[in-house]
Amino acid sequence: MNRRALRKAKNAAFLFLSLVATMTGLACLAAILWTLLSHGIAGMSWHLFAEMTPPPGSKGGLLNALYGSGMMTLLGILIGSPIGVLAGTYLAEYGRNSRLSTVIRFINDVLLSAPSIIIGLFVYEIVVVRMGHFSAIAGALALAILAIPVTLRTTEDMLNLVPVGMKDSSAALGAYPWRTTLSVLYPAARSGIVTGLLLAIARISGETAPLLFTALNNQFWSTQLNAPMANLPVVIFQFALSPYKDWQDLAWAGALIITVTILILSISARVILALLQAERGSGR
Amino acid sequence: MAIIDPRHAAKQLIYERIFRALTLGAAVLVLLILGGVAISLARGAWPAISHFGFSFVTREIWNPVTDEYGALAPIYGTVVTSLIAMLLAVPAGFGIALFLTELCPPLLKRPIGVAVELLAAVPSIIFGIWGLFVLAPVLQRHTQPWLIAHLGHVPFIGNLFKGPPFGIGVLTAGVVLAIMVLPFIAATMRDVFDTVPPMLKESGYGLGATTWEVMWNVVVPHSRVGIVGGMMLGLGRALGETMAVTFVIGNAHRISSSLLAPGTTISSAIANEFTEAVGDLYTSSLIALGLLLFLITFTVIAAAQAMLRRLERGGFAV
Amino acid sequence: MKMPNRLVIMAAAAALSYAAVAAATDISGAGATFPYPIYAKWADAYKKLTGIGLNYQSIGSGGGIKQIKAKTVTFGASDMPLKPDDLKAAGLLQFPMIIGGVVPVVNVKGIQAGQLHLDGATVASIYLGDITQWDDPQIKRLNPKLTLPSTAIAPVYRSDGSGTNFLFSEYLSKTSPKFLSSIGANTSVQWPTGIGAKGNEGVANMTTQTDGAIGYVEYAYAKQNKMAYTLLTNKAGAAVAPSAESFQAAAANADWVHADSYYLILTDQAGAKSWPITGASFILVYKQPDDPASVNEALKFFAWAYKDGASMAAELDYVPLPAALIAQVKKTWTSEITSGGHPVWSGK
Repeated sequence: MNRRALRKAKNAAFLFLSLVATMTGLACLAAILWTLLSHGIAGMSWHLFAEMTPPPGSKGGLLNALYGSGMMTLLGILIGSPIGVLAGTYLAEYGRNSRLSTVIRFINDVLLSAPSIIIGLFVYEIVVVRMGHFSAIAGALALAILAIPVTLRTTEDMLNLVPVGMKDSSAALGAYPWRTTLSVLYPAARSGIVTGLLLAIARISGETAPLLFTALNNQFWSTQLNAPMANLPVVIFQFALSPYKDWQDLAWAGALIITVTILILSISARVILALLQAERGSGR
Repeated sequence: MAIIDPRHAAKQLIYERIFRALTLGAAVLVLLILGGVAISLARGAWPAISHFGFSFVTREIWNPVTDEYGALAPIYGTVVTSLIAMLLAVPAGFGIALFLTELCPPLLKRPIGVAVELLAAVPSIIFGIWGLFVLAPVLQRHTQPWLIAHLGHVPFIGNLFKGPPFGIGVLTAGVVLAIMVLPFIAATMRDVFDTVPPMLKESGYGLGATTWEVMWNVVVPHSRVGIVGGMMLGLGRALGETMAVTFVIGNAHRISSSLLAPGTTISSAIANEFTEAVGDLYTSSLIALGLLLFLITFTVIAAAQAMLRRLERGGFAV
Repeated sequence: MKMPNRLVIMAAAAALSYAAVAAATDISGAGATFPYPIYAKWADAYKKLTGIGLNYQSIGSGGGIKQIKAKTVTFGASDMPLKPDDLKAAGLLQFPMIIGGVVPVVNVKGIQAGQLHLDGATVASIYLGDITQWDDPQIKRLNPKLTLPSTAIAPVYRSDGSGTNFLFSEYLSKTSPKFLSSIGANTSVQWPTGIGAKGNEGVANMTTQTDGAIGYVEYAYAKQNKMAYTLLTNKAGAAVAPSAESFQAAAANADWVHADSYYLILTDQAGAKSWPITGASFILVYKQPDDPASVNEALKFFAWAYKDGASMAAELDYVPLPAALIAQVKKTWTSEITSGGHPVWSGK
């Protein structure tokens, strides 16, 4: 009897600890979101979307940083996702089990988890130094390199989920793989690929390190791709570490904007995936 | 009578060749990018490596005045902060995975799972500012004085908790990293636990084992490979993390036995000093740090991916 | 066929955007955080006046020197003057822009601005790690009337390459032989103890955040953020507070005419009212620039700042340059910054 009571006590203890662990994890998320909300709301105002980043000691907004981040994220996705989607298509359709594909999948996973500062160093060496100056296009390239692994992985997984029957019927009609892919597979895997894009956007819009030595930053409004461009993460980095209250308020507001955007993107990606699974499950 | 017009067929073939070339090109590009990163890092690091030789990795000195550089302090900081992060995050992640697979009421499973995963979506710079403005003051005012008072005098481990409470430092960086890595570890472990065949668990329960005993003696051994893989993925993330650490590590190129002291990591040293490094040897030393980080994370991530893929394909662990 | 048309349009759009790029001339500069508050204020006013934007990134003097040498910016800014030999080797011209002071700031419970009195030797000992608590006898001796808590001292230093760091370490080297031999003076030195922070902003922020901290920042940062600066004992033995007057007193005896390439260090100057950690902040441009148009715009900005920016500088307790020095600098522009034999600067 005694040993059984001990076992039951051990069981209860560990299960209780697991509850504590979960509560701690949730508490951390809540604490961070709460800090962001309480500090960020204070800095929120319509000025944020109407004025540029101010010099220290003055009031202003984040318009140039918001535009810069938006533009570089957009360019990064435009450059990176076609490469990711095409490469994912290759892995799913042509190179299923070849040696090359195994290597590429492996390399892709490494790139997926690689420290983004290394990518920033790489783009600095081959773009910024060659061009002779920092530029938004260098920043966009760094972001593109970060977007490729995410889109590649999702595209390959999504294409593999398409029922084999669809591919076979298309081939039976005499279609080459390219035709099958474009006309049958992509439409079928559409939501999955879009999810991949959303996840890639979520990933690159929050990255700071790769932009530190590529796009640098810009106090003013600039739409030139060939020049340094303001961006939200680096602005937050600079403003948060400063002693100026106005700047710190803007940093928190910017942090809130980034986090809300990324959370919305992540949740949307999840919702789409869930709908996709439900659709699949119900037999179509 | 041909069903398919030969000219049409020829055009289709050309399109096929083009498409195949495009996709192959894109796939090879991925390979080239990684190769390019490795080569450009090696090229940039060469002046420092040839100048300092192996001693680069064993010296603590980091003096831009006399142009003497050694990677020991950043390596030490990277390893110690990641170690602290693992020590905190692995048990916690295990606990969360255990909760989600065994205890959690089915209705709450998805929301809680999503909430934990959302922690992973928060950008690292947010963790950095949260760590600096919220966590560090709390640590400085309450936790660190407590640690110094109660553990500072214990023989051996007391040395870990000596020194004035700065609030920021190696321990704080480790805690922030732990929170960042937690969702990865928890999610991977939960996914791995979910793949355990219910039959195995049922047999355990059938013999009268408690939930914990089934977990520890059936699920964990079965998921060994996946658990280790998830841990290493988390470790890879912790080793390379830049922004969160830069805010709270204290930026001191020194090795100190106390966890409460400021230090530096490879990624935060690069982030802080790269734009200002004057002189080829200084810049090259920073790139050499980058190369070291690349090699370390490559090894860890490669091992993790290999384990996880073995799991995906095999299912039954050895 | 649809695809080629789309490609043509995309190519045209790319070409057009590149054309837009070539049109405007924004000036870019990078470097010292020491003068950043006033440069940013000037840039804002100049943009409202002329529409030309000066994009200045305060990444530290070391960064300014690196970026101008890499030719990624129009001008660099550094608080540590480069030696004439280094300038000649790089083909750079340096000139002073503004004068300011570096002040120690503290975060100790109960101590207000201007209350704590320190001297060079004491500050050096703190940063060497020899003095570790605020109620140390050496500090008490200088402040008999203050009640000092027994909090641990947390020295905060610059983790990036910094001219402010140069001025501060230079002053400590002059006043403490031990500091000179074990640490020395440079934009980046190996501090034996304490926390590193990035930029004047980072040091100001970290000092405000950490209980018991001491840091060193350019005076505008201490003033704008209402930090508790300290008094210092100057060369003449008097306890002096940082202010435009004490910076000006230190700069009064400077002999700019005979300074080769304007290389002059103003720490620990004689004079009863002189602030011991005063310094000028310098601008670096190429003598034969690749892009004369941008350099001309930059020089026009500096000329405007010398004249119309003086009152803004005074508001932040920077000391504008004396008129004779400004005239000397402008002559240097005309004679030394050339492109194809003609002076780049279009003014006089």
